[in-house]
Amino acid sequence: MNVETSGTGLVIIIAAMALVTLATRWGGVFVMSFVPLGYRVRLFIQAMSGSVLIAIIAPMALEGDMAARLALLTTLVVILLTRKQLLAIAAGILVAAMVRQLG
Amino acid sequence: MNDIPASLYRLNRALVMDGFRQLVPISLFVLVFALAFGLAAAQSGLDQTTILAMSALVFAGASQFAALELWGEQVPLVPLLMTVFAINARHLLMGASLYPWLARLPPARRYGVMLVASDANWAMSLQAFSCDKPGFGLLFGGGLSLWLFWLLGTWLGIHFGHAISDPDGLGLDMVLGCFLLAMVAGGEKTLRTLAIWAVAGISALLAYRFLPENSHVIVGALAGGLTGVLLGRPAHER
Repeated sequence: MNVETSGTGLVIIIAAMALVTLATRWGGVFVMSFVPLGYRVRLFIQAMSGSVLIAIIAPMALEGDMAARLALLTTLVVILLTRKQLLAIAAGILVAAMVRQLG
Repeated sequence: MNDIPASLYRLNRALVMDGFRQLVPISLFVLVFALAFGLAAAQSGLDQTTILAMSALVFAGASQFAALELWGEQVPLVPLLMTVFAINARHLLMGASLYPWLARLPPARRYGVMLVASDANWAMSLQAFSCDKPGFGLLFGGGLSLWLFWLLGTWLGIHFGHAISDPDGLGLDMVLGCFLLAMVAGGEKTLRTLAIWAVAGISALLAYRFLPENSHVIVGALAGGLTGVLLGRPAHER
């Protein structure tokens, strides 16, 4: 189904995108309200929460260019050494920028 | 996690303001990311009202960029919505992971704070909760900060975006990755968590290679979650 990108078509497209995104923001909470928070469910949620982050980052590290890899490596080293989050992020981005400007 | 003190799920003006302030530094990075979006959207032929409405109502960067890929005189609605859903499906996991604490809020607040749930404020609130600190101020106040800067950045990008012609050259595509990595690596690191992360990472990569696009986050997260269940109780809670 194709929708024109003018007039009411635009309203439909934006509203539909907003609703789908809202459904993702609310859906997990809504579904969980029917799941009893037992021992296994808690273990699952706890393990899953860190895994989400890992799952987002892993392809960036493996499939990304050299700048992306060095940026992540820099952030990792700085956070482990200093525990300063913003410093680690800024250092990572700076490295990515430098590698790309030079490369 | 079984007995949550009432102070953890407080949500008042002071906590929201504090959460807002704590997310401002990250929001500045988001501002530049939004600037890149505003520019790209304007170049794809969207008018200002549409671009701003999309940023204000959708408020999910990666999926908005993806929408531009499908943009033209006409837009195929079903593929567009499937793409938006796949990219934003990680919000489902965010909501579920915060549920043990969200469950203590009255429904209106529970769903109200999730309106502005995004990667950065979710990660910070979850980290606060796991250190037994109140996290809803970070989630909601921080979300408002991210939303405001996302909208402002979009507007700036529409009007002044050409100043940044090459956001990747400035490393801006790495903002999210570096931020999330800093969140993960700043948390607890036991053999158990490392095992869970290894499973999550490897399954995410396999899904990235062999399964449909954008499925890797869900696959990795579920595999990590299952590993947590199989490994049983964390050592320090025994």
